Amino acid sequence: MDIQEYFYLVFSDYTLRTITLGTAVLGAVCGMLGSFAVLRKQSLLGDAISHAALPGIAIAFLITGAKDSNTLLLGALISGLIGTFWIRGIITKTHLKSDTALGLILSLFFGFGMLLLTFIQKQPNANQAGLDKYLFGQAATLVESDVWMMSIVTGICLLVMLVFWKEFKILLFDADYTKTLGFNTKFIDILITSFIVLAIVLGLQTVGVVLMSAMLLAPAAAARQWTNSLAVMVFLAAIFGAFSGVIGTSISASQNNLSTGPVIVLVAAVFVVFSFIFSPSRGLLFKQIRFIKNRRDLELHKTLAFMYNIAETHENISHPHTIKILNNFQGYTKGTLKKLVDKQYVTLQGNMWSLTEEGFKTASNLYNQLIKSDE
Amino acid sequence: MSSAQIEIQLIASLVAIACAIPGTFLVLRKMAMISDAISHSILPGIVIGFFITHDLNSPILILLAALTGIITVILVEYIQKTGLVKEDTAIGLVFPALFSIGVILIAKNANDVHLDVDAVLLGELAFAPFDRLMISGVDVGPKSLWIIGSILLITVSLLFAFFKELKVSTFDKGLAASLGFSPAIIHYGLMSVSSITTVGAFDAVGAILVVALMIAPAATAYLLTTDLKKMLGLAIGFGMFSAIAGYWVAHWLDASIAGSITTVLGLLFFLVYLFAPSKGVIAVLYKEKQQRIEVSLLTFLLHLKNHNEEVERHVNHLNEHINWQKVRSKTVLELALKNNMIIINDSIVSLTEKGDEFTSLAIDYIITNEDSQIEGMKDDFFLFRG
Repeated sequence: MDIQEYFYLVFSDYTLRTITLGTAVLGAVCGMLGSFAVLRKQSLLGDAISHAALPGIAIAFLITGAKDSNTLLLGALISGLIGTFWIRGIITKTHLKSDTALGLILSLFFGFGMLLLTFIQKQPNANQAGLDKYLFGQAATLVESDVWMMSIVTGICLLVMLVFWKEFKILLFDADYTKTLGFNTKFIDILITSFIVLAIVLGLQTVGVVLMSAMLLAPAAAARQWTNSLAVMVFLAAIFGAFSGVIGTSISASQNNLSTGPVIVLVAAVFVVFSFIFSPSRGLLFKQIRFIKNRRDLELHKTLAFMYNIAETHENISHPHTIKILNNFQGYTKGTLKKLVDKQYVTLQGNMWSLTEEGFKTASNLYNQLIKSDE
Repeated sequence: MSSAQIEIQLIASLVAIACAIPGTFLVLRKMAMISDAISHSILPGIVIGFFITHDLNSPILILLAALTGIITVILVEYIQKTGLVKEDTAIGLVFPALFSIGVILIAKNANDVHLDVDAVLLGELAFAPFDRLMISGVDVGPKSLWIIGSILLITVSLLFAFFKELKVSTFDKGLAASLGFSPAIIHYGLMSVSSITTVGAFDAVGAILVVALMIAPAATAYLLTTDLKKMLGLAIGFGMFSAIAGYWVAHWLDASIAGSITTVLGLLFFLVYLFAPSKGVIAVLYKEKQQRIEVSLLTFLLHLKNHNEEVERHVNHLNEHINWQKVRSKTVLELALKNNMIIINDSIVSLTEKGDEFTSLAIDYIITNEDSQIEGMKDDFFLFRG
């Protein structure tokens, strides 16, 4: 199946439409909430929570004995929240640092989850098959009710975000100020964190425990490069997330043997790499270009200063000199000379150059300005 | 116990020791999450190595996979250096991408590869004794035992050889650099050892358990001691204990050995987290409460010193003026009485000589801004703590 056929099928085939819609909605909500996680320097929290959700799924199954995805997700949500608050407890109450706390909860909860999963597998219950799909996720198992569920959660997220926008924003950038203004920072904090946990839990079924953190981070990290405004960043991250979902699904559907989760993550990674390189204000490419331009400017100034030193020794500043004497000078190239001519600092006559009035003035002020700006 | 059971416990304990040593330094250097990143991102290295060697236990595969681990560290550091995102975001971006590449590589070649993601991520210790190393036809033991044994040997000899350098560079990078040890070399050395240990251990215990065995024993030990040597010893002890206890739990539940070792580690950490003598949650909460009362006491004594008029020194006045709840003012009053700092006559509180001396000293310390010395003073003056 090629891509074109895929797009035709998206509108006619039920399964494909459901999966595409599901991954798109998931990408959008993850991007939205991921922006907060990235800005709050909680990027790895997503990784920890998604692993910590595993025992919840297993316990929910052990209690109900059924594989209803909503109950399992409720279990995942509860154990994810327990993990989050334990991480917080470790960081605030002991001298262990946040990285240790995250790694601890991540691996301990996951190990416990694995113990429960293998324990369940030994039980004589035919229902248990397929619980391990939560490890790596399987977009193919998405059904319409799952997509509805995701959309409802996304809707609630949007609503809460709009209502508490001001509080979220101010807490993000100046927590102490928020406190002095009388906001209940603890409540806002718990609200954001709970929504991040909710988004992660929603994604478990689709992309799985291991890759969920990338779903949360990548769109937000990409969006961060294009803007300095929170609203724009959240919006962009949602769009990047949704597109990663759709493109990832289409690629994995058009090839054999490609699971959706990893492909979505790789597409999101491509978004990130593209943003890192090509973003106009922060990107590596334009940074390098600006760097080169600055160096050229510096060289230009050096050449001008050198010329000035020569011209100074003569009574007539426009006394012509041969170009040859510039040859041994480091900053001199034909390009810089031409630029100087373009700026009318220098005039050329054959292979002689002479400083103009304007050039002399600029050159004599060159260092004064530098000194001034230094002070 | 059958010989297979002994071998499994031996492998598990060796893995625990081999992980605890680099893990201790990772925790102290605040790089615990790097081990998580490495454990995931070695997957493409393992897959590519497996395509080349067709043997999960081949040394070439281990080296290739360890190389991927080091590449992860370098990539994370590069992204971090560009300043586009923070370090944790860089970690969170790199390893899922590499892991995805690994998963896709496996999926695309599923037909001719005997390797699946579950095995890499979760491992299965129970099968380890069946893969035996044969040297000229003689059975010398399970392959995993030899692999993890040699890795442990290398780790331990490196630890003894470079203990001083590791110690200095962990606690004071600047000092290490000025003494002439390159922090960069030690950093990458530690990263290499962590990568090799992770790869060597993954097929016995799985990538996630490697993370647990690296971080959990070290973190548990860190709650109990601040001495590096003791911390290393405790971490190794906790690791070995959970390895053996975990095996028997798994035996009893008939469940994954890796999972139950982690669970034992988790319980161990939880107990220490609650009950550690000076850094456990209960101890910290108790200390916080004690300090709160003692600060109140000090405020109260200062108030008494400042006021000679009887109205201000009436017992009931405390509730109104300093705005304490009744219970708190009662505890504070009792504490002050017990320590002979005040006397109460007809509900009028006045400082004793000792209370006066204590308060004057306390004011001095507060003015000179050396709050920390107040603890020593409390030891001198207090018969009973809050």
